[in-house]
Amino acid sequence: MALPTYASPLEKTWYYARLAICAAIFFFLIAPIVVVIPLSFNAEPYFTFTDKMLSFDPSGYSMRWYDSLLTFGMTNPDAPRGLSWWADVWQNAKWVQAAKSSAIIGFFSTILATVLGTLAALGLSRPEMPFRRIIMAMLISPMIVPIIITATGMFFFYSNPCEPLTWIGLNPQCGRLAGTYLGVILAHATLGIPFVIITVTATLIGFDQSLSRAAASLGANPRTTFFRIIMPLILPGVISGALFAFVTSFDEVVAVLFIAGPDQQTIPRQMWNGIREQISPAILAVATLLVIFSIALLAAVEMLRRRSEKLRGVTPH
Amino acid sequence: MKKTLILTSALCGLAFGAHAQEVNVVSWGGAYEKSQVEAYNKPFSEQTGTKVNMIAADDPATPLKAQFEAKNVTGDVFDVAMADAIRMCDEGALVEIDPAALPAGADGVAAAEDFVPGSLSDCAVGNIVWGTVIGYDKTKFPDAAPTTVADFFDTAKFPGKRGLPKSPKRTLYLALIADGVAADEVYDMLGTPEGVDRAFKKLDTIKKDVVWWEAGAQPMQLLADGEVSMTTVYNGRLFDAIVAEGKPFDTIWDGQYLEINAFVIPKDAPHPEAAMEYVKVATGTQPLADQAKWISYGPARKSSAPQVGMYNDGKTEMGPFMPTNPDHLKTAVYDDPEFWADHSAELAEQFNSWLAAS
Amino acid sequence: MANALDPHAAVVTEAGGLDQRGTLKTADGQPLSRALARSSRKARRRAFMLVLPLLLFILITFVLPIGQMLQRSVKNDGFSANMPQLSAWFAEHPRGTDPNDAAWAALAADLTASAEARTIGVVGTRINYDMPGTRSLFTSAGRQARRGVEPPYRDAILEMDQKWGDPKLWSVMREASSPYTSNFYLAAVDRTRDDSGNIVQAPEQQRVYLMLFLRTLWLSLVITFTTFLLGFPIAHLLATLPTRKSNLLMILVLLPFWTSLLVRTTAWMVLLQQQGVVNDILVWLGVIGNSGRLQMIFNQTGTIIAMTHILLPFMILPLYSVMRTINPSYVRAARSLGATSWTAFRRIYFPQTLPGLGAGALLVFILAVGYYITPALVGGSSGQLISNMIAMHMTQTLNWSMAAALAAILLGGVLILYWVYDRLVGIDNLKLG
Repeated sequence: MALPTYASPLEKTWYYARLAICAAIFFFLIAPIVVVIPLSFNAEPYFTFTDKMLSFDPSGYSMRWYDSLLTFGMTNPDAPRGLSWWADVWQNAKWVQAAKSSAIIGFFSTILATVLGTLAALGLSRPEMPFRRIIMAMLISPMIVPIIITATGMFFFYSNPCEPLTWIGLNPQCGRLAGTYLGVILAHATLGIPFVIITVTATLIGFDQSLSRAAASLGANPRTTFFRIIMPLILPGVISGALFAFVTSFDEVVAVLFIAGPDQQTIPRQMWNGIREQISPAILAVATLLVIFSIALLAAVEMLRRRSEKLRGVTPH
Repeated sequence: MKKTLILTSALCGLAFGAHAQEVNVVSWGGAYEKSQVEAYNKPFSEQTGTKVNMIAADDPATPLKAQFEAKNVTGDVFDVAMADAIRMCDEGALVEIDPAALPAGADGVAAAEDFVPGSLSDCAVGNIVWGTVIGYDKTKFPDAAPTTVADFFDTAKFPGKRGLPKSPKRTLYLALIADGVAADEVYDMLGTPEGVDRAFKKLDTIKKDVVWWEAGAQPMQLLADGEVSMTTVYNGRLFDAIVAEGKPFDTIWDGQYLEINAFVIPKDAPHPEAAMEYVKVATGTQPLADQAKWISYGPARKSSAPQVGMYNDGKTEMGPFMPTNPDHLKTAVYDDPEFWADHSAELAEQFNSWLAAS
Repeated sequence: MANALDPHAAVVTEAGGLDQRGTLKTADGQPLSRALARSSRKARRRAFMLVLPLLLFILITFVLPIGQMLQRSVKNDGFSANMPQLSAWFAEHPRGTDPNDAAWAALAADLTASAEARTIGVVGTRINYDMPGTRSLFTSAGRQARRGVEPPYRDAILEMDQKWGDPKLWSVMREASSPYTSNFYLAAVDRTRDDSGNIVQAPEQQRVYLMLFLRTLWLSLVITFTTFLLGFPIAHLLATLPTRKSNLLMILVLLPFWTSLLVRTTAWMVLLQQQGVVNDILVWLGVIGNSGRLQMIFNQTGTIIAMTHILLPFMILPLYSVMRTINPSYVRAARSLGATSWTAFRRIYFPQTLPGLGAGALLVFILAVGYYITPALVGGSSGQLISNMIAMHMTQTLNWSMAAALAAILLGGVLILYWVYDRLVGIDNLKLG
């Protein structure tokens, strides 16, 4: 939005004023993150800038909260820091366990949501799709129902998934899903699906159907057409949908509170313990690490995108 | 398809591959959980070889009720407030525990006599007695320190904001005490509409100065930030700030609200024998006394009191920080589970209605 | 996916053509209309088959559980299942019948049996929902009944507590003797039933839900508006910058989105409280005096600031994706025809952003309606919203029927809104990034 050469003085003022406003809003967006990072080095267990911190006294700062991420929950945190110490961390440290759970749950629920969501989006974007509106509404409903209701409903259902079958006179016995990885993965996939649907259908609106017809007329079977023609074109939408689904799972606490068992304590769940029960900047240290992690992830996605643009010969405008 | 099957079974394997010798204890997390791990779980695991899985909950009564309703009980032992224990017991969710089955105190007194009044009920065995007290920042009041509940409501003499929890249970009694009601008449008062009105009228006098807190960790944060000059707080957290973190805070024990936490075992617990064994060991004289080394909550057994010694820093005498110290009990208000089972919903609605009317 | 049986591809004109009766035919001699119908049926089926796995998945993992949950709002068999004899008596005798000896005997028998079965608490809890203060009546009567009740039952039970003679109690028990009830919905709109079963307003000091519904609605609208105010310039900037620059700035939008909700809420507390960073800076700059520190948190301001921040990306992303597609030549054309930049923006540019605005507003509003953690932590006394009450009934009072009734009303409201949106904008236009 460069300023046109014919701009009047008033427009010039407005142009710079607008840039200033945008800068202020961007600052508003990242202000909380700017605050979190220094506070994670606080030597005291409160979320407050102490006088020592403000005067840049080194004793006001410490790495104790980062250290506690490793030692909290270890069986023997005071042992010398050798190979066995790190093995202990890997086996027992609560935050490390939480990171593992979050990764497993996030990964599988994202895959599930992305595969099912992309398939459905392909169907939904076809002009001949019957009952499109009502089905679309149903598929994105997990996003609109307040999470506390969803979580409780799921808890009852997952506790005894066969119960609805008893309504129609059957009496099967099956295991429970609450308290298992599978249960949390299904729940998180459900919550992530609307995002995949929305992003992929949006990409498909701009998709030129004649491309797939051309492929078919040149003798490609549906499978080849899908993987060689459609997939590369809608990939950005699929990736961004997958990212949304992953974030949804990665930041979700209410469903985990209800559905997860002791083995599936995720990072947000562990943070929730912290913030409700015991003040400790450990959660700020986690947040800082997550911010670094997400910057790296976003940068990686951006680099991939630029590379693929180069490959496709599309010049950014 | 085959791959999916393998994946599914792998996931199920992850889910169901559990130890045989274990017991799942659902507790409150944080420093409190740590004190239980140190004082209860370590001796228990040493004695029995059973692994203890600690599961933190916001309030273990919620998952307990949910698991019972869904007929899907996964916890073996739950640490709940006595009021919830009595309520769930009446609803048939809990296993009855015979006091005779509990070990006698270290001094040989039978368990039924050894536990402090109110800490044993049909289905529950008390572990700690804890108080909601008033904490204040000494630096804010250099001349005269506040000493009573009435001072908490006197914002002219003791300026600054006040922290109070956003729930009727731990606010209404405080208002009545400040208004001159004796500690043992609080519930008679709250049982009548006039008494409730009187409590709200007293709260009105400081309503504009109150910062409402939601989670147990918040009041100490508010006090540390200087956002409030006085706040009600769970006594263990205040102790942590004063002793472990060296903050210039002090405690007003006047009108403390005493509650008891208890262990309960749900019906259909996955490891009923281990659960019973855990409750017996954990509520023994020594473990209850040891817990006070880690957090300043009072043991539910009388025989534990003499065994309580130093805090784990090796220099702080725990006695003066115990809510069960006789000096602190003179004006204490005891939790009344019956009363709250009857009136909590009604008073919660009134409280929210009062809160919203500004 | 490519469709070999595309209607256009199915018509082979050289080999087919017209038959004697003038109907169009395909190569294999089928009437064209039938071939077209078949192929379109097939296309519909194919499209549907693509959606089917997800549809089943959502039906089973989501719609079913929600339905099961909402069922609780009208069904509570806490009394009827555990007090069968008295429930039967109520069924036989119409409203207005004074309890006779048979009723008292049924009550005594049920109390004893329920106390033995350890379900008396469930019964008391159910009655206590409609008539506060009665739970202990049942539990203590149960304890005494276990020790034995002798006829005449009426006198024996009244001796336990005079409250058993209260006609209101009998009216409430009659209500509860059916497992299905509308009382939870009545309570959710601040209504109750009087002694004779008529619907009346709840006592004034207990009316809270309607007010909270209205406040939730109001706050959500305000937050939607503030996210629009802040989100529009950002989306416009991002959409008009070159891709490389805008993608870098996009990271600033997405970063908070990736940071845990709990952490962001806490950070706002650190920033906004009276001894917090913003006030400190203002005092340091001399804008305000040390005694005049601003109250920006633990009130509605705090809720609005924190929620706006949390929901801002949900406004920016749909707006951005729509703005990207707007052709700049329209605005240029308007300018060249003499429109001022404001007129060009108002008449030409802004109307084209409406689909994105609609999608963003819908998302933000719906998400705002359901939030409860943030308002609870930063909202002070005004931070109680209807979702807090749902959570409270779920986790503290454990009155799940009430929670389900409140949730059902909230859900109904959201669905109406959703329907309106679909009418006005069309659900297909919902976009995210």
